[in-house]
Amino acid sequence: MVQETLSGIVPEADVGSLGPDDRFREVLEIDSLDFLSFLETLGDRAGIRIDDEDTPHLTTVSGCADFLVARTT
Amino acid sequence: MTMAEFTMPSLGADMDEGVLQEWLVRPGDRVRKGEPIAVVETAKSAIEVECFETGTVDRLLVDPGTTVPVGAPLAMISAAEKAAPKRAPGTAGKAGKGTAGEAGRHRPEEAAQKPPEPAPGRQVPGGAVPAPEDGTPGSAGPLVRHLAERSGVDVDTLHGTGPGGRVTRADVERAAAPPPSRQRITPFARRLAGELGVDPASVKGTGKDGGVRAADVRLAAGRPAREAVPRGPVAPAAGAAGPTTMRRAIADLMTRANREIPHYYLSTTVDLAASMAWLREYNRLAPVSERLLPAAMLLKAAARAAREVPELNGFWNEGHFTPGDGVHLGVAVSLRGGGLVAPAIHDADTVPLPELMAGLKDLVHRARSGRLRGSEVADPTLTVTDLGDQGVESVLGVIYPPQVSLVGFGRVVERPCAVDGLLGVRPVVTATLSADHRATDGAVGARFLRVLDRRLQQPEEL
Repeated sequence: MVQETLSGIVPEADVGSLGPDDRFREVLEIDSLDFLSFLETLGDRAGIRIDDEDTPHLTTVSGCADFLVARTT
Repeated sequence: MTMAEFTMPSLGADMDEGVLQEWLVRPGDRVRKGEPIAVVETAKSAIEVECFETGTVDRLLVDPGTTVPVGAPLAMISAAEKAAPKRAPGTAGKAGKGTAGEAGRHRPEEAAQKPPEPAPGRQVPGGAVPAPEDGTPGSAGPLVRHLAERSGVDVDTLHGTGPGGRVTRADVERAAAPPPSRQRITPFARRLAGELGVDPASVKGTGKDGGVRAADVRLAAGRPAREAVPRGPVAPAAGAAGPTTMRRAIADLMTRANREIPHYYLSTTVDLAASMAWLREYNRLAPVSERLLPAAMLLKAAARAAREVPELNGFWNEGHFTPGDGVHLGVAVSLRGGGLVAPAIHDADTVPLPELMAGLKDLVHRARSGRLRGSEVADPTLTVTDLGDQGVESVLGVIYPPQVSLVGFGRVVERPCAVDGLLGVRPVVTATLSADHRATDGAVGARFLRVLDRRLQQPEEL
């Protein structure tokens, strides 16, 4: 889900080559506008509201996955 | 019949000519003022150029792919009132008024941000030429009717371009001809299609509104995406013009700026505690899709300051300063894979903050997908560059001629600050101003940064 969302934000990116612990904002050149759409889309897909306070957990793909698991179970 | 020439617009100080890349209309189409009708490729990117007139496209004078100097005619537009012959005064009159009201309500700038809904039917790829809105059959001679029948064209739906709105043989032939491509395709995908020898028309788009994206082209070419991007996860997504020409255009403009403009630079650190607290509270209550970013607030504050210090908002041309007709804030947007464009948010000092935020999102998205509009690139009155996302604390930029100032913001960082004799940790941002010393002196620039600071202490009034 995280990877799909990222591909939607940066269509040119090869998200598959992203490591689970890569800081994707830097690797994919995602700026704050892109990141905002990422939070919005990810929250919609997971059915949760992601607030500004949550963003420190959301720097890597594995971090996002852990966060989603913690919040949705 | 009143005819107006639609000419190659000047899309920035650095543009002498452009390539007419694609027509978005064809003869007989009704067009409204502010509606994009052509795509022009400049050295920097592909730009959707808006019509300045409401009426009917009479003739296209230039074929796609032609390089045309600024000011040369591209098409002939017949003005609105002549285009709707008075066949049924009641309905025609009403339709006419609607169009006039539309044009009157939106200034061209506003229309650019909120384009009027295109007439139904114009969206349909290969759709028929729109019917006259009063529904009265266009008059046509028997020969023309015969030709229409044979070609399978319903003559009653045609817009006649002959004398008195008569349907001519040419009108029928045009309607019978295969429609030109109205396919949505990103400029990058188009270029890629050329390189890979793929016919874009044969590619099924998976982007927004069925738009063709680079990935679709690669798929059609039978190559995995990975093979096409050997140098890392991000492919160069430059505009149609490609990175090299864009680099050259930026090089030329910036060389000119450094040669001609005696810059002076000012810098100040702004306490953002009030702004960030207000923003956090706003975002906590707002729907996720309407959240604001600090960048939007900084842009708004810069626009307000520019209104209060108009000496920095405008152009230096031929030895004198001309103030801008409003604060049209150029926003420097870096493109993935290199290069940048700085399209304008119009009247940034007066649009409410949530609207400015939405405008910013839209503008950045379109800048990166290569679909900006002519009015956005033509007339920023000053430019703001926000390098906060890149992690730097301050940026002393080069002014875009013929503008006379450039505002820079760095990253919002937490720093120890002495406030009322007490040391505290507060979020701060370094705001800078690069200004043209021919147009203003340091005192004016200092006033600008003071006003900017004051505005950011009262976020609820932005």
